[in-house]
Formats: sequence, C-alpha cells, structure tokens
Amino acid sequence: MTPSNTIAADPIPEPGITPGTGSQQKEPVNVLIVGVGGQGVIMVSKVLARLCQKSGFQVKQSEIHGMAKRGGAVFSHVRFGEQVWSPTIPAGKADILLALEWAEGLRWLRYLNPRKGTFICDTQRIVPPFACRNRKMGAEQTYARETPSVIFERVPNGYAIDASRMAEELGNIRVANTLLLGLLSTALEFSREEWQSVITEFVPPKTRELNRQAFLLGRNWVEKAIQEPGLPSEENTEKVFFDPQARPRIELEITESWCKGCDICVKMCPERCLRLNEGLVAELSDPEACTGCRVCEWLCPDFAIKLHLHPVQGNC
Amino acid sequence: MNEVCEARPMIGNEAIARGAWEAGVKVAAAYPGTPSTEILEYMGSYPSEDLHAQWSTNEKVACDVAIGASFEGVRAMTAMKHVGLNVASDALLSQSYIGVNGGLVLVVCDDPGIHSSQNEQDTRIFCQLAGVPVLEPADAQEALEFVKRAFDLSEQFDTPVVLRSTTRLCHTRSLVRTGERLEREPVGFLEDPQKNVMIPANARRRHPKLLERMNALKQHFDDPEWSRLEKGDPKFGVVTVGPVYTYVKEVLPGATILKLSSSFPLPEKTLREFCESMDRVFVVEELEPVIETAMQSMGLQVEGKELFPRIDEFSPEIVRQGFEKAGLLEVDENREEWEIQPMIRPPVLCAGCPHTTSYMALRALEARVAGDIGCYTLAAVEPLRAIDTTVAMGSSIANALGMAKAGCETKPIVATIGDSTFLHSGIPPLIDAVYNQANITVLLLDNQIVAMTGGQDHPGTGKTLRGEETVRIDYAEMAKACGVKWVRTIDSYDVAAMFKNLREAVDYPGVSMLISNRPCVLDPVKIKGEPLRIDAASCTGCQSCMNLGCPALSWSGEFHEGHNKVRIDPLACIGCTLCAQVCPTDCIRPVLQEAA
Ligand SMILES: Cc1ncc(C[n+]2csc(CCOP(=O)(O)OP(=O)(O)O)c2C)c(N)n1
Ligand code: SF4
Ligand code: SF4
Repeated sequence: MTPSNTIAADPIPEPGITPGTGSQQKEPVNVLIVGVGGQGVIMVSKVLARLCQKSGFQVKQSEIHGMAKRGGAVFSHVRFGEQVWSPTIPAGKADILLALEWAEGLRWLRYLNPRKGTFICDTQRIVPPFACRNRKMGAEQTYARETPSVIFERVPNGYAIDASRMAEELGNIRVANTLLLGLLSTALEFSREEWQSVITEFVPPKTRELNRQAFLLGRNWVEKAIQEPGLPSEENTEKVFFDPQARPRIELEITESWCKGCDICVKMCPERCLRLNEGLVAELSDPEACTGCRVCEWLCPDFAIKLHLHPVQGNC
Repeated sequence: MNEVCEARPMIGNEAIARGAWEAGVKVAAAYPGTPSTEILEYMGSYPSEDLHAQWSTNEKVACDVAIGASFEGVRAMTAMKHVGLNVASDALLSQSYIGVNGGLVLVVCDDPGIHSSQNEQDTRIFCQLAGVPVLEPADAQEALEFVKRAFDLSEQFDTPVVLRSTTRLCHTRSLVRTGERLEREPVGFLEDPQKNVMIPANARRRHPKLLERMNALKQHFDDPEWSRLEKGDPKFGVVTVGPVYTYVKEVLPGATILKLSSSFPLPEKTLREFCESMDRVFVVEELEPVIETAMQSMGLQVEGKELFPRIDEFSPEIVRQGFEKAGLLEVDENREEWEIQPMIRPPVLCAGCPHTTSYMALRALEARVAGDIGCYTLAAVEPLRAIDTTVAMGSSIANALGMAKAGCETKPIVATIGDSTFLHSGIPPLIDAVYNQANITVLLLDNQIVAMTGGQDHPGTGKTLRGEETVRIDYAEMAKACGVKWVRTIDSYDVAAMFKNLREAVDYPGVSMLISNRPCVLDPVKIKGEPLRIDAASCTGCQSCMNLGCPALSWSGEFHEGHNKVRIDPLACIGCTLCAQVCPTDCIRPVLQEAA
C-alpha cells in the first residue's frame, strides 16, 4: 500500500476517562475485526490492541461474546489514538474492516468509511447449516452472492485473499489469522519488527516459525496485489448440477393393504411428513413437505411405499 | 499477576475484580451469567490467602454467602447478571433493612440489547425498590475505582451498595492503573439482634432508618467528588452516567456535561443548579428513564426518552440520532447504504454437542417440551425445533408440572434441564412434582459443566472455582432421595438408547428422570476425535443427517435425483458419530476405517 494510505496517530499514555473538552484532538484510528465463532477474531484484535498499547496509544478493544462461541457472528472493535471515547466504532467510521470470512465481511460493510476505508477479507466461506435449509430439489445454499469484484467497485481500498487456503498450504490453516495480520500490518504505521514481536507473545512457542512465515506471506502478498490489480478470484460462484426448472412432480403411492403400521417410515422420514392414520396405516400428512428423498420407499419392510417422479411437461 | 501501581489493559470485569482485591475483599461468591462471569474467575486468580472466591449454586445463595461474611465484619462481594438479581432479590430486600458490618457490594451487570439473556430489565429500578445506592462506572478505570468507593460508601452509610455494569463495559478492554491492596483488620461479628434479626418488630424500626439513610446519601452525592461538570457549549446541557458518557463525548465533544456517578439516589442540589443555568437539558441514559423521571418529579424540565430509545444497547450512532432529532446536530449524510443480505448466522449447538440426541428424540416422540436456559435452548429453532417453552432458569420442571395438572395435554410432557440449571433451581420443583404426583418426565442434560457461560465448574463437576477437588453431586442418588422412582442414566451419544429409554420414561406413570450424560465438547477440554467422511457415491441427499443441525455438515455441491448431497468439514467434525447413526444409507464412516 502507498504511504498516503497508512493511518497514523500520535501517542499519549494517559489511561481512562480524564476530563477535558477533547474537541481539538485528532480522531482515533478504527479497526473492526469480524468473523465466525472459533476463528480467532479475539486473538487478532488482542494482538492489535497490545501493539497499539505498547506504542503508547490509548486503546479500547470491545467485543461481544457469549453466544459467539457457538458458531455465531463475532466482532471486535479496536480503537486507538490520543483520546478514545466510545468503545464501539460508529457506522461509517471504520478505517479498516478486517474479515476472517467472506459473508461476515459483507455483513459489516456499512461500518467501513465510504471515503477512505480499507476492506481486507479472507475469501473462505463458512457455510452455516442454516444456509442449507431449503429441501426442494435443486435448491441452492442461501450464502451471500456478492463476489469480490462487485464489492471492490464500491470500497475505497479492497483486498480479498484466500488466506485460509494459503495457510493450509503453509502447513496449518490456523495461521490464516497471522497471514491476515501480515496484510493488516501494511495499512498501519507500525514497523514489521514491532508486529512480529507482539505476535510472538501471543502464539505457542512451537508455532513461532510458522507464524513468522505466515505473517511475511501476507505482508508480501499486498505488494503483489498492488502491482497486479484485479487479483481476487471469482471462485465464489457455485456450480449447480441440477436444473431447478426441471423439478418433477412427486407422487407417493402407499399400498394400504400391505402396510402393517410398523411406524418405521413415519419415524425415519427426514421431513416428518408421514403419519399413521386412525386405521394405523401410513399416510402422507403433509404433501407439500415431501421432497421425494425415497427414504420411506427404501425402508418399508413390506414394499408398501412407491415413489413416482413425473416430469413436468415441457420442462425436460 | 498482582504487581502494584502499574497500568495494563483489562476488560471491565477484570478491573472490577482488581478493585475488589484492592479494597481488601475477603469473600466473593457468584453464580455465572453473561456478562458478569469473568469477575469471579478473575477473583479466583488472586491468592487464596487474600480471599475466598467460590461458585455458588445460584445467585441468592451467593448473595447470602456474601451477606454472611459481611456479618462477620469482612468485606464481601457478589456478582451476577441482571436477571440474577431477581433470584437474589429476596435476600437483598431484607439486607437493605439490616445494613452491613463489613462492606457489602453487589455487582450487577445489565445486558442492554439482549446479547445473551432472556430480557433487558434495568437493575436501577431494583435498587430503588430495595433502597440501596447504585454506582455506574463509565469505563474499566472507573470500574476499579468505583468498586473501592462502593465499599467505603457501604461501611460509611451502613448499606449494601450495587455497582451496575453493562455488557459493553464488562467486555471492553482498556488500560487501567492499578493500586495496592488494603488489608483490613476484621471487625468480628457484632451482636445486635435488633439490627440483624428481621422479625416484624425489628423490621418496623429499621424501615425508617433506611429512609433516613437514603436522604443522607442524596445529600452526600451532592459532594463534587460524585459528579463531574464539564463546561462547554453554554446553550444546552447533558446529564449522563455510565458507559453512555463515552458515546456523548464521541458525538458532542464540546458539550456541557454533568457526568454523574450514581443514578440513585440523585444529587438533587447539583441537578437543580445545573438546570438553572441551561436553556435545554438532555438526559442520556441506557434502558429505563430512571434519572429522567426522578428529575421530572423534582420539577425540572428535561428531554430524554423521546430522543434516546428505551430499548436496545446504545451506540454512538443512536446517541447521535437523538441529538439530530433534537436539532443540535446536522443529519449525517456520510452514510453508505449496502443492500447486501449476507444471510443470517445464528448461534448453533457445536459439532458433536451431546444435547443434540435428546432433542432429536424428543422431536420424533412429538412430546410437549418445557425447556430451560442453557446451550440447549438453541434446540428451540430449526432443524431440531423441539422446545415449546422457555421462561427463566429452573422453570422447566414446574412448568411441566403445571401443564400436566391442566389436564388437557394429549402429548407426553417432558421437562428438559441442564445440570447446572438443575442445581440452580431445579430441585425444589422436582420435589414438588413428586409430592404432587405429576405424570411427567425430566430429561436431565448432564454435560458436566456450565457450558453456556463459557465452562465453569459447579457441584456436579467435583471441582471448585480454583480447580480443587471437592465433593461431587450424584444426580441419580439425589433424584431418588427426592422420591423419584424411575431413574436411569444413558450415554448421550447412543441414539438407540436415547429413543428406547425416553419412550419407557414417558410411559412410566409418575415422575421419571432420564439422565443424558456426556461431557460438553468445548469445556473443560476441547474434544476433537477423528472426523467422519461421507461416501459421496452412496449419499442420496435425504437430509436425515442435516436434521441434527451439526455445523460440520453442509452441502457438497453434488446432487442425487435433485437432492443436495452432504459433506463433512473435517476440521469441524469431532467424530461423535451421531450423523452416522441416523444415516439410512449407512454412508457416513470414520476416515480411518475407510483407509484400512
Ligand atoms: C437467573 C439467571 N442466572 C444466570 C443465567 C445465565 N445462564 C444462562 S444458561 C446458564 C447455565 C446453563 O448451564 P446448564 O444448565 O448446565 O446448561 P449448558 O449450558 O451446560 O448446556 C446460565 C448460568 C440466567 N440466564 N439466569
Ligand atoms: S458448548 Fe458444549 S453444551 Fe454448548 S453447544 Fe457446544 S458442546 Fe453443546
Ligand atoms: S460425526 Fe457427524 S454429527 Fe458428529 S460432529 Fe461429525 S459431522 Fe457432526
């Protein structure tokens, strides 16, 4: 990144709330770090906060945990400068948005400063079970559709990097965070040595060398990205093997006289759309919910269930 | 870790613990609850010669423990989340009449915005009811100092003191200057039955004393050391307290501000003087209009909740919008709108969570399920969606009992309750159910930890807060002692045993208890076994495994007859085998076995 893009503030060491008007002071630097529970958002923000504090800035680092551990969205605000008031970054005021996962990066874009903000994002996709909920034939995941090039048209500075894959190739996917710190390091005015000494404080001694490599890999990647703009990959677009237009009509044929009411199909149906009627014979209670998965057809010990898929006219 | 007179970054909770240690606290007790949990964890990091720190079974017990220590003349503290005070309030409301011997401080942490709670009640209203003063620090440094001042205030005015924090303060890290510990000589127990024994005759005498005390405190808070006047723009003034102060400074750095330290009782003289010199006065406070209403009843003209909402967590934007509405700030045009829907990402049960099987079986059983509070509450949503009600901690068993006595339920009635919640407030309702001969099943979800709040020990883990070995409660024995005749324990990862035993349990006429036992996969140790793999050729995309809601499972991008095939993320999968047990085509196997 060019030096004009780097963000600086002058150090002052006084902690806590001190009286004063504050109107003359420089604005603090705002870094919003986001990701998914378990990815290490907190570790990344602790490294940054520690670095700022060592350099004599006032720092506030604020995060919400609690539910975060269980795969939810996690975010951490880091603000540093002469005087930091609010622990959270106002929307539209983040100088840097660092995202450890693609969709999470998109979620927080409104926090990015629309005039001079830098967006740094790992393109890895963590698809929650929630995104795989549609049971219709040929259904697509409900994951974010925007690709890096769409986003980069609108953000002042943008970097999309497949940090997780690069970390995996380096030997451990867990050092993706350090790799991203390498990227981040080029956007802030701390020296490479300062970054590396703080990272060393936070990583297990055995992984120091690996983390050093990851950090440098991320840092050097930025130089390349500047030389070859348009680097981000478009791998985010999903391939679909099934044409949802060709969705057939599903018919479930139950031969009542063969059914002995064993309840197996009712209990095993993944859509829970079967029941035993008053005569203890299986019936389709919720035809809308049936996806035609054939589990009942295969599991019925008496071959009483048969599934028919009727092609819809004109579609195939 | 107890170096003195230095500055280091701390989250608010750590600063509160540090303040308590510096204040010479001898006894600290709590039941975990987000966002307060870390306070006691940090207390436990100070030497045991300095203080006793413990987990209690619930907030009332913890509060009573602190009260007991205060009776003995030592400084004592308890910490809880806002709803914890509902549980502890019975003790607090009487202790307020009694007062203190050694300083007594209750740290209560509100959760505006309901980040991790069942409501967003405002603790300050409880303080008004109890007649105890409440201090509200704005950042971690103030939190440390206010804890120390709270203890002095408690002893000076013979009153319990509440320190109100919020999620934001609890979990924001900033630099804090620390001091030294003040060792106090224990005063010893003061025999004074008229003060310490709340029989009606004594309580009648103590009540006027409480009112006198409130009056004295009101005047005391007029002392300039309890509020800070920041002179700025002379046209309008802002009265504020707590972390909201920092948002006001963020958006109006040049405003005239009266920053209070306490929102109850209020320094009337100070407030009157402040208002006299101003054309317009704004009160900016999170949640309820406590200061605003009190100022209005003093006859002062203020603006507050019509500009700054009564719900949700404040932020610089929300405070800014309030001042925009008031006409004091230009509308911020510099906002970028993004029409992006990156999809919602709700929290889910962990891959391999032992609670999964219970709710899968309950859903299949079509039971009426009275739920409770813990990680397992996440089973209330799709795909498990097997919980019908969740009220408050420990409600499940008595809710189930009530459902049974209503007499119109056709489904089997099951109460599901976690191990820690059962110990917190599940035992009296269990006895109630036995005593009143209800036909219900209690499914005890024993994951051997308080998982929801980040993995704390409790009497069922056999370890203390400091990690020392102690007595371990045996739930089966306890249930039998309570009169439950049908008690069985099973492995949470055995799907067949879960289905079979649950069916037998609900068929049993009377109170039955099934204990589902397996450690949580996150705490106390992170469990990571060999991942499983799905044989893509045999996967028919039936989605049976997806019904578990395991976050290691997602679609692979391949289809069978139009159905999305499933893949397992090997980094997330812990190898619990639940998906393999439910797969109708038997295509989920350990990676190792396949290689062999
Ligand atoms: C009165 C009250 N105190 C504390 C809490 C915070 N809290 C929510 S769930 C929970 C404990 C859950 O533990 P357990 O029942 O063992 O379930 P687990 O999370 O381990 O599955 C706690 C302490 C609360 N919601 N209400
Ligand atoms: S933390 Fe433990 S109890 Fe909670 S969802 Fe994860 S595995 Fe289940
Ligand atoms: S074995 Fe199956 S259910 Fe268990 S963690 Fe792995 S993918 Fe999830």
